[in-house]
Amino acid sequence: MVRTWLAYVIAGWSGFFVMAVELLGGRLLAPTFGSSIYVWGAIITIFMLALSLGYLAGGRYSMVTPSVRRLGVILIIAALTVAPLLLFAEPMLDAMSLAVPDPRFGSLLSAFTLFFVPTFFSGMVSPYAVRLLVQDRNSSGRHAGQLYFVSTFGSAAGTLLTSFYLVLLLEVNQILLGLLLISVVIGVCAWFVRAPRSEISG
Amino acid sequence: MNRSFLLAVIVCMLGAATAVHADQRLVHSERSLYREVLVYETGDVRCMCFTRNCRVGRQSCMDTRHPDRIVMNYPKMMLGALFVNPRPQSVLIIGLGGGTLPRVLRQLLPDTRIDVVEIDPAVERVASRYFNFAAGDKTHVIESDGRVYVKRALRGTQRYELIMLDAFDHEYIPEHLLTQEFLQEVKSLLAPNGVLAANTFSSSGLYEHESVTYAKVFEKFFNLKRENRVIVTRLGPLPDREQLQTTAQQFTAAFSKYGFDAAELLPLFTQERDWNPNARVLTDQYSPANLLNLER
Repeated sequence: MVRTWLAYVIAGWSGFFVMAVELLGGRLLAPTFGSSIYVWGAIITIFMLALSLGYLAGGRYSMVTPSVRRLGVILIIAALTVAPLLLFAEPMLDAMSLAVPDPRFGSLLSAFTLFFVPTFFSGMVSPYAVRLLVQDRNSSGRHAGQLYFVSTFGSAAGTLLTSFYLVLLLEVNQILLGLLLISVVIGVCAWFVRAPRSEISG
Repeated sequence: MNRSFLLAVIVCMLGAATAVHADQRLVHSERSLYREVLVYETGDVRCMCFTRNCRVGRQSCMDTRHPDRIVMNYPKMMLGALFVNPRPQSVLIIGLGGGTLPRVLRQLLPDTRIDVVEIDPAVERVASRYFNFAAGDKTHVIESDGRVYVKRALRGTQRYELIMLDAFDHEYIPEHLLTQEFLQEVKSLLAPNGVLAANTFSSSGLYEHESVTYAKVFEKFFNLKRENRVIVTRLGPLPDREQLQTTAQQFTAAFSKYGFDAAELLPLFTQERDWNPNARVLTDQYSPANLLNLER
């Protein structure tokens, strides 16, 4: 029961996390590349690409001894790979704008370098959670539907809260740090959930 | 009874809506990567707008019968920057609009290099076709984001004796052109004793935040206020009233050609701080300018 609940919480939070980081990504790139439509295009492209590959990887990974613990670990990795942004985003962006003067490909390369890895791991979450939730073929569609709901609803909430309120209250790095810490807390909670025997035998 | 009342209300509203724009004629419109650039005429006044019917502000206006006359107040205040340095050898303008500023400066300063940074090529086309703007030998238009240009320019050797910030989108100044870091970059791009003039709004919740941000980077500045607020400052000490008066007199004849009196600008040169000094400074980390602009 707790495991089911946690799988949904992780999927929902991961949705929130991805969209919040994506919006803040626009903020991070603006001083170096501007905020033109192609800068947003570059960011969205990288996020979609990373998510799509993450889905593939998450589905694959769910075939080997799936557990809520491991799902929590994926969430923590996604969060920790955001940490370099807090420290190195500015010098990295300056270096990349020097290396690639064209603002379209410069922002594409930057979005790739900064956001691909965390978004890839975030993408792994949903298919992995589906594996944990689905008990039988009959209810598989219902579980997948509920999971999509939770995850996309989380994304909507992350988008709205970040763009309407969080940027008005906090600095970009403070928001990122907050997101990171919440992910770690949820991930650690998942780690301490006892796995029942059936799960270990996979 | 009710229905006819409702009908009457609707008719009245439609009537009012058309009345507002009755004399406003759409002359030209073109879509660009960034927006729709629209040209409207009301009588002899032709304006460039980024929103339908100029609902949110006019970017630039021209009197079609007397193209030299400066219609709006903010370009006049921006030209007040010349009172601080009457002969800049190099000028950078960020944001072309209808090209009023580069057009006037070209005539006033025939030997000066003028670089204009404009992100949207459609704006330059419309400025050339409808607002008598012309790039030339010493007037260059660079197609770039303002911030990106400033960062690039800092790596080179060119520095400017006068920088004018006048970049607006349909709403306001883009958020990344309002931060402390950006102003610091602009400051570094000024030549020794270089002058900065920045066009901003004078009301809205953003005013306090912008003011403290400018104060943080430039410490002292003249705060010229009419419908807009224009900030004028320079590296090094600001001139006193007497010095301003003396240089202003040099422009009396020149400015009368553009339909205004140089002396009318002088009383606007005040350093009075009419904002809350505890407002939060805008930075790259914290720049929700458009949200703050909603607060009145």
